[in-house]
Amino acid sequence: MSRDGQPMIALSGVNKWFGTFHVLKDIDLEIHAGQRVVVCGPSGSGKSTLIRCINRLEEHDEGQIVVDGITLDEDMRNVAAIRREVGMVFQQFNLFPHLSVLDNCVLAQRRARGTPKAEARERAMHYLERVRIPEQAAKYPAQLSGGQQQRVAIARSLCMEPKVMLFDEPTSALDPEMIKEVLDVMIDLAQSGMTMICVTHEMGFARKVADKMVFMDHGRIVETAPPDRFFAAPASERTQLFLSQILSH
Amino acid sequence: MSPEAPERLPPLRRKSVSFGWLDGLLLALLLAAFGYFAWRTQTVLYYKWDWSTVWPWIVRVDPRTGGWVPNAILLGLATTLRLAVWGIMLAAVIGAVMGWARTSQRLLPRLISTSYVMLIRNIPPIVFVFVFVFFITSQILPSLGIADRAARLSPEVQWWLSVLFGPTNRIENFIVGLICLSVFTGAYVTEIVRAGIESVPRAQVEAGNSLGLTRFQVLRDIVFPQALRNVIPPLSNQFIQMIKDSSLVSLVSVQELTFVAQDIQISTQRVFEVLLFVGLIYFLICWSLSALFGKLERDATRVRG
Ligand SMILES: Nc1ncnc2c1ncn2[C@@H]1O[C@H](COP(=O)(O)OP(=O)(O)OP(=O)(O)O)[C@@H](O)[C@H]1O
Ligand SMILES: [Mg+2]
Repeated sequence: MSRDGQPMIALSGVNKWFGTFHVLKDIDLEIHAGQRVVVCGPSGSGKSTLIRCINRLEEHDEGQIVVDGITLDEDMRNVAAIRREVGMVFQQFNLFPHLSVLDNCVLAQRRARGTPKAEARERAMHYLERVRIPEQAAKYPAQLSGGQQQRVAIARSLCMEPKVMLFDEPTSALDPEMIKEVLDVMIDLAQSGMTMICVTHEMGFARKVADKMVFMDHGRIVETAPPDRFFAAPASERTQLFLSQILSH
Repeated sequence: MSPEAPERLPPLRRKSVSFGWLDGLLLALLLAAFGYFAWRTQTVLYYKWDWSTVWPWIVRVDPRTGGWVPNAILLGLATTLRLAVWGIMLAAVIGAVMGWARTSQRLLPRLISTSYVMLIRNIPPIVFVFVFVFFITSQILPSLGIADRAARLSPEVQWWLSVLFGPTNRIENFIVGLICLSVFTGAYVTEIVRAGIESVPRAQVEAGNSLGLTRFQVLRDIVFPQALRNVIPPLSNQFIQMIKDSSLVSLVSVQELTFVAQDIQISTQRVFEVLLFVGLIYFLICWSLSALFGKLERDATRVRG
């Protein structure tokens, strides 16, 4: 938990360019401990870039990003400190193919936190049970289905006991029958009180767990609203259009 | 990444070999050609084979003790093997460091490693060996006084040194040859390592970073192991090449197999016997090494896909 009243994540006036392309425009966003935020918007609107700025996989050019009281800047110690607090799950899972499932979960605990081996393994097994695949611990990623791989990726992040979890379209690369098993794990996590930012187009999931919906278009946050208002009565025309497109499927 | 990856990957398939009439014809042609050359050497060149002169150069009888001791060929073989073992290790270290430098974001490491590779790749090996040894190493190494220091060590340590690096009185010469060979091969290993590093998707680095691993940890624990797996074939090729290249340092009087062979040729005049015999030894070393690397490659790709 962060200090009382202070947001867990605060972005103010964030701008970013890729060359001459203005990808993030004047982003202001506050997320408090325990909040679940779902970010949606058309392809190329800057959703991935936004959450990748929060753990500095991308550098923002202007504005301020503060995570758990630490300001992201050039100082690599601050970046490292924030990365230890923030877990990330990628669309393509990005498991380490040369390591077993268990070692995928153990590696960073040992290296970044210096956790003793036995403890690291124990925690890894704990989180593998939590994502319901302890029996796959000895296998290699290539031997697992996509849904299983994504659940391992979630367990791997949770092993670092982060305060915030970032999800970048975690179910977009999955076959329909595997989406549910991943979403179930995410719902579980949301109910345990984890602070989460999810980029996803799974609107059923959003309705169920989100405290706050964020709609992005052309690098701007166009609308922020609680889910019931967001779905029932979106204020912006662009949001209405977007929702009508994705909900019609 | 298919969502329904099989439980266990199918074993690497080997095509079965069949022998047809075309193979028979080719074999017959080959044998005929071989027979023709054998006949030519017998009748036209009048070369009289005499293998008996070669054998005493492998082992000889020590006149003082009356026992068998290794002679020039075995001693040369030992030197070649020492060059191979140390050379592979040294070239691997150079290649790993320089290969990393090649992919570095910083200017200086990039500049140094790029010039290193460019320089060695674009000059003939023989020129490199002479320039390196006479202008660089021979200026620096004698000032370290390695041979003198080695001579002052206790007998046990000297014995170990001679096992690892050859006779102590020639140790400086060996080290010069070794460094020369490793620096030369290292340039090619550098390029292989660079290709290996670049073959690892950027997303792997990001996954490591997002878990709080440092740049060095990501390189050591995530990028290198995967890079290595991807470059086992070209790397083994380069190391086998290095064993053959080790004959180059005979030019600077490192008494390895090729040097010894030339010596024997001069004193016995049996050119072909000595060359063929030494060639066979090289073949056996390189062939065993490729078998070893082949096994490594199969092990590395078996389970992990
Ligand atoms: N490294 C980069 N260099 C240049 N342009 C980039 C880079 N990464 C992303 N972009 C561009 O920035 C824009 C926003 O990308 P981003 O990945 O944040 O969009 P997104 O909202 O996540 O889209 P999607 O739904 O397709 O994942 C896109 O137009 C993309 O082409
Ligand atoms: Mg995206």
